[in-house]
Amino acid sequence: MESTVTTGTATENVWGGGNKPLGASYGKMMMWFFIVSDALTFSGFLAAYGFSRFKFIETWPIADEVFTHVPFFHGNYPMIYVAFMTFILIMSSVTMVLAVDAGHKMKQNAVIWYMFLTIIGGAIFVGSQAWEWATFIKGDFGAVETKGGRILQFIDAETGERAALSDFAKIIPSERANHERKNGVWFYDEGYRPTFSMNEVTEGFLANPNILIRTEAIHQEGEKEGEKTLLTREESLEKIKDGKLVVEGANLVRNEYGSRLFADFFFFITGFHGFHVFSGVVINIIIFFNVILGTYERRGHYEMVEKVGLYWHFVDLVWVFVFTFFYLV
Amino acid sequence: MSVTAHAHVDDHAHDDHGHHHKETFVTKYIFSQDHKMIAKQYFITGVLIMGFLGIAMSLLFRMQLAWPGESFAIFEAVLGKWAPEGVMDADIYLALVTIHGTLMVFFVLTQGLSGTFSNLLIPLQIGARDMASGFMNMLSFWMFFVSCVVMVASLFIEAGPAAAGWTIYPPLSALPMAQPGSGLGMTLWLVSMAIFIASSLLGSLNYVVTVINLRTKGMSMTRLPLTIWAFFVTAIIGIISFPVLLSAALLLIMDRSFGTSFFLSDIFIQGEVLHYQGGSPVLFEHLFWFLGHPEVYIVLLPALGITSEIMSTNARKPIFGYRAMIASILAIAFLSTIVWGHHMFISGMNPFLGSVFTFTTLLIAIPSAVKAFNYITTLWKGNLQLNPAMLFSIGLVSTFITGGLTGIILGDSTLDINVHDTYFVVAHFHLVMGISALYGMFAGVYHWFPKMFEGKMMNKNLGYVHFWVTAICAYGVFFPMHFVGMAGVPRRYYQNTAFPMFDELTDVQVLMTVFALIAGLAQLVFVYNFISSVFYGKVGPQNPWKSNTLEWTTGTKHIHGNWEGAIPEVHRWAYDYSKVDENGEYIIPGQDFVPQTVPLQKDEEELQH
Repeated sequence: MESTVTTGTATENVWGGGNKPLGASYGKMMMWFFIVSDALTFSGFLAAYGFSRFKFIETWPIADEVFTHVPFFHGNYPMIYVAFMTFILIMSSVTMVLAVDAGHKMKQNAVIWYMFLTIIGGAIFVGSQAWEWATFIKGDFGAVETKGGRILQFIDAETGERAALSDFAKIIPSERANHERKNGVWFYDEGYRPTFSMNEVTEGFLANPNILIRTEAIHQEGEKEGEKTLLTREESLEKIKDGKLVVEGANLVRNEYGSRLFADFFFFITGFHGFHVFSGVVINIIIFFNVILGTYERRGHYEMVEKVGLYWHFVDLVWVFVFTFFYLV
Repeated sequence: MSVTAHAHVDDHAHDDHGHHHKETFVTKYIFSQDHKMIAKQYFITGVLIMGFLGIAMSLLFRMQLAWPGESFAIFEAVLGKWAPEGVMDADIYLALVTIHGTLMVFFVLTQGLSGTFSNLLIPLQIGARDMASGFMNMLSFWMFFVSCVVMVASLFIEAGPAAAGWTIYPPLSALPMAQPGSGLGMTLWLVSMAIFIASSLLGSLNYVVTVINLRTKGMSMTRLPLTIWAFFVTAIIGIISFPVLLSAALLLIMDRSFGTSFFLSDIFIQGEVLHYQGGSPVLFEHLFWFLGHPEVYIVLLPALGITSEIMSTNARKPIFGYRAMIASILAIAFLSTIVWGHHMFISGMNPFLGSVFTFTTLLIAIPSAVKAFNYITTLWKGNLQLNPAMLFSIGLVSTFITGGLTGIILGDSTLDINVHDTYFVVAHFHLVMGISALYGMFAGVYHWFPKMFEGKMMNKNLGYVHFWVTAICAYGVFFPMHFVGMAGVPRRYYQNTAFPMFDELTDVQVLMTVFALIAGLAQLVFVYNFISSVFYGKVGPQNPWKSNTLEWTTGTKHIHGNWEGAIPEVHRWAYDYSKVDENGEYIIPGQDFVPQTVPLQKDEEELQH
């Protein structure tokens, strides 16, 4: 409906009507305004995250201690893998720029190749995100939750390193009745159980004098500013009495890293972003096949590539913010 | 880009003469991509049906407020098991209040009003053949329709619809055990609103890009009718604020269904502690009101735009302060996004922050006053044509001022604390955004009915009845409500019989309810007038109100593409009414208006508007 055939003439004027004042088609502008809108949804989430984190600024988990894994490698590599993911996503933005540029020059084959690389980059990112989630959900050291809902983590006093529950928990054999569906009229699966019971952890803790408790509280000043509070053995013995249940890994209700909202926001915001990347990849694939089929060659322009490119850059830009607020600061 | 442009021109060149595509019933009346048909679909679904439900609900709970605990056959008939022996149940009272608010604010006055008039008027008044994307426009309507269906369906579920108030504050809305309505009813409410937001986004994107890209030659931004400016800016605020409501709704869905703690903390129910920890309901209020306040202007601005146009036409005078009107629309839009805290003065927010929000809120009085004075000065010494559309426009100015003045009280944190959550607030916002926006909508319907239904006119006398009864009854309901509020009666209470100090207000409550019932009946006059005029309305002249704007240059018969032949070119602004040359003669002899398509005459100077 972009017909602009009019009667008579008028002097040319950028905002005078009968033209495209911003030099962009309606479709491209719609994409821009959609991006504005979507950006505000993300802003809502990030503002909520900032609000909640500020409220618990003295106990918030330290990202460097949470995201330390790299696939196929053991050891402590804080932020390495997420940096890799970020790099891949930014590179996929670069290939997207090249695809758009090739589109302007009407080079079908180049568009195909660059779109393909963009899709691969997106897929690697989504896959890495899934792995990151799996690692986060699985957890690594395990912790104890107190009656008040606070998380207690364990430290080996000799090495100063985190101690996993399996390093010191005492296995106490106990009899558990094993019910099955076939021998009951009313049967529930028992659901998830931690590897160790609270009792086993407490016993093991009492038996190992070099295990100390670390609380969520972060030192606000002094030499240890920014570090979590490490209790002495005496304080630890007192503190363990508050322990109520064993937490391994993370879910939406509780997590071993600390504040519940930390995991809630992590899952929600990276999930929402991951969903955007996923839909971006799907859209890219559709456009990719259209390019192969020559749809845009026949149409005489590659504007669709440009539009999905805008979306792709936006998703990339959002990740930069998510990455900054979740991992870096 | 040049390639693109050529391709588009080629694509659409045939539009100028080829409007004879075979249209089936389905493509013409159901999945139509014609903006005029979509406007009518929005009006019938959004305003007639949802508006009927919303107003009917308010009458039901007004009856409960006037005669608490009394038995009415009508309650039993429409509420069924929620009105045992005809006495309204407290849960359904809350549900009615909630759904009334939701329907009126979102469905009637956001999508119903904007959907109808933005769709109808944007292409016609800027000189475009249709919206930028007819397909997305159609999609927008049908998503709106689905969200209506989901919302209405929630009325029929066993536990009843959402009942936590239209602001759905957690924890009340988040915990199914908090009240019956917070179960499936609230889930459906959230689902419906999520679809609604998507629909609103698609619609707004279309309105904005259409205004930017598809204005006809000569239709510069400063020649646009003020209706278009209002719709344009409304769409922009919608694009900016609705996504934040989506954020809040999604986080609330997570809290409700997946156990997260975004808005919940330290909750005990029946002696048992729930696992939620760390969240904050105030966070929800911040996110909600970041939408909620701009929403007020999303509701009101289209009505203000419509009245600007109608008032100028029917005063036979140029609109006073055209550029000031545009500037005030823009200023209101900007300020609307930084005042949300005035809804939260008693939420426990930092008092210093409260004083900042007081400051920004009071700033809004400036552009609002500019608009009010411009309306009055437009009327001043005008040759007033008091047809129903004009009466409703003048009515809007009246309620806008009345409601606006109480806004100054509520915007001030120290004063607000005294009347917060009382009927004073209810009276304020019903006058300033409810009644005002409805008046603007009615004015628009009476004025543009001929454009919607191929030249047919609505019955003027029934219009007068509709206006006068509505105007008297609306003040009859909401004027006394201020005093009830100042006496301290809290809003949303099912009944106040437990408070002896409110006993003497019972008569006032009855008075308000009687006015409300009469006002409700008056709307049936409008509905009758509307429906009978659709079928039997007399066909009037092509330009019945002697108006300047482009929509009256189209033929009365609807065609997809609006104009037979070429699109007209625009040579002047929309408000050359009663313009005279230096000899005191009308520019076009014997005619007190100069349509936008008329080129500047010899020796005529363009007004420095």
